[in-house]
Amino acid sequence: MNARRMGAAGAAVLIALGLAACGSSSDGSGDAAAEKATGKKIKIGTKFDQPGLGLKKGTEMSGFDIDVATYVAKELGSNAPDIEWVQAVSAQRETLLSSGQVDMIVATYSITDKRKEQVAFAGPYFIAGQDLLVRADEKDITGPESMVGKKLCSVKGSTPAQKVADKYPGVNLQEFATYSECVAGLVSKAVDAVTTDDTILAGFAAQDQFKGKLKVVGKTFSEENYGIGLKKGDTEMCQKVTDAINKMIKDGAWQKAVDKNFGPANYKPSTGNPPTPAACS
Amino acid sequence: MGEIFANYDIVGAVWKTIQLAVLSAIGATVIGTIVAVLRVSPVPVLRGIGTTFVNTFRNTPLTVLMIMSVLGFSFLLGLQIREDFADNAFWWAVIMLSLYHAAFVCEALRSGINTVPAGQAEAARSIGLTFKQSLLEVILPQSFRGAIAPLVSTYIALIKNTTVAAVIGVAESAGILATITENEGGSLPLFLVFALIFVVLTLPLGVLGTNLSRKLAVKR
Repeated sequence: MNARRMGAAGAAVLIALGLAACGSSSDGSGDAAAEKATGKKIKIGTKFDQPGLGLKKGTEMSGFDIDVATYVAKELGSNAPDIEWVQAVSAQRETLLSSGQVDMIVATYSITDKRKEQVAFAGPYFIAGQDLLVRADEKDITGPESMVGKKLCSVKGSTPAQKVADKYPGVNLQEFATYSECVAGLVSKAVDAVTTDDTILAGFAAQDQFKGKLKVVGKTFSEENYGIGLKKGDTEMCQKVTDAINKMIKDGAWQKAVDKNFGPANYKPSTGNPPTPAACS
Repeated sequence: MGEIFANYDIVGAVWKTIQLAVLSAIGATVIGTIVAVLRVSPVPVLRGIGTTFVNTFRNTPLTVLMIMSVLGFSFLLGLQIREDFADNAFWWAVIMLSLYHAAFVCEALRSGINTVPAGQAEAARSIGLTFKQSLLEVILPQSFRGAIAPLVSTYIALIKNTTVAAVIGVAESAGILATITENEGGSLPLFLVFALIFVVLTLPLGVLGTNLSRKLAVKR
């Protein structure tokens, strides 16, 4: 009986500690917790599984895309508590927008002509480029040309994987469903490099468990313009979002978000950043 | 839609799916039969091995098995079947699909074996057939017939489960679908086309199974 009571007390303490931990971590995300809901709800689609860009841990969202989305939402009149985050995996982004399940998508969404046929874009708010992630002690790999005969990993069907397969056919390419598996392969020395947008790679390199173990080569060989996806034809919304991005870059919040999310990886955004958002059409 | 068919090797991807399915079906049938025999054998140790196999592979998600094969066996333990990653992933996919579905084939067969009246086995033993003989000549032929319906279901599931191989980068139907969606954007017609491809692959099997089970039914 006594042991059971002690167990119950222990469990209660653990739960209390857990709650306290949750509370303090949401306070840590800045003034977001202090803001009151305005009641103007907004649904934003983003990635839930990309460290440094859009990552969901428990109920807390973090990353560069999250910071940009939160800023833009605020300019549109919705504070942080009004935002409903919706997971937007790559294959569903167009459908989510056209069916109205989300109001905007901020999810490493590259602006391409093909996608412009289906959705509208505001931005770019960031210019990324395809790069290589290698182990920190790697010396041989300096760019895609030095990858011939080496083992490379990327995500099945992704643009970076296709580009490598087309341009550098001599590369031994392993494909997985997510980058986490590739990074696991890189750490265990089964592959020599992981390739995708430098932002995503920097996000992984900045994670606590990989700090100092991985590095981004820093020689981009493509240009990806990240835009905020909107429903096609909504020019008014597009204009507002573009204004918000401009303001974010001007008042320093953009740079702050870059430093906060990619700083630990010693990653510097490629030339051209911060970008100038294109006019809405 | 026609443009997509011209730009992407969809036929090649479907062919890869068929290769995966056929090779894995053969593997699953062979392994499944052996495990089924183990499970009905009179030796407790062998029965234990059979039961453990079935419980292990039937209760592990196929995705986990797939990722474990490349990430665990190939990468960490160095069990690389082929030097080329694409070939390596393909053969690991065949192995894992075979093992996973072998558990289901085994259970389908075992249910078939249970449809054979105990009197058949007793009669076989009483006329002096050994365990092996009574199994091969009397029990298994009847049990395969009784197991046709669940076996066909297992093979249909196997064909659809080949899409899981996309998680380790095998260039089959689901893989090319991911590529097309990335480049062209997701579209409902495209998903329907791929759904239709799988219907075309599985439907004949279902019809064949129904006919076979009717024709081969053990008249009692």
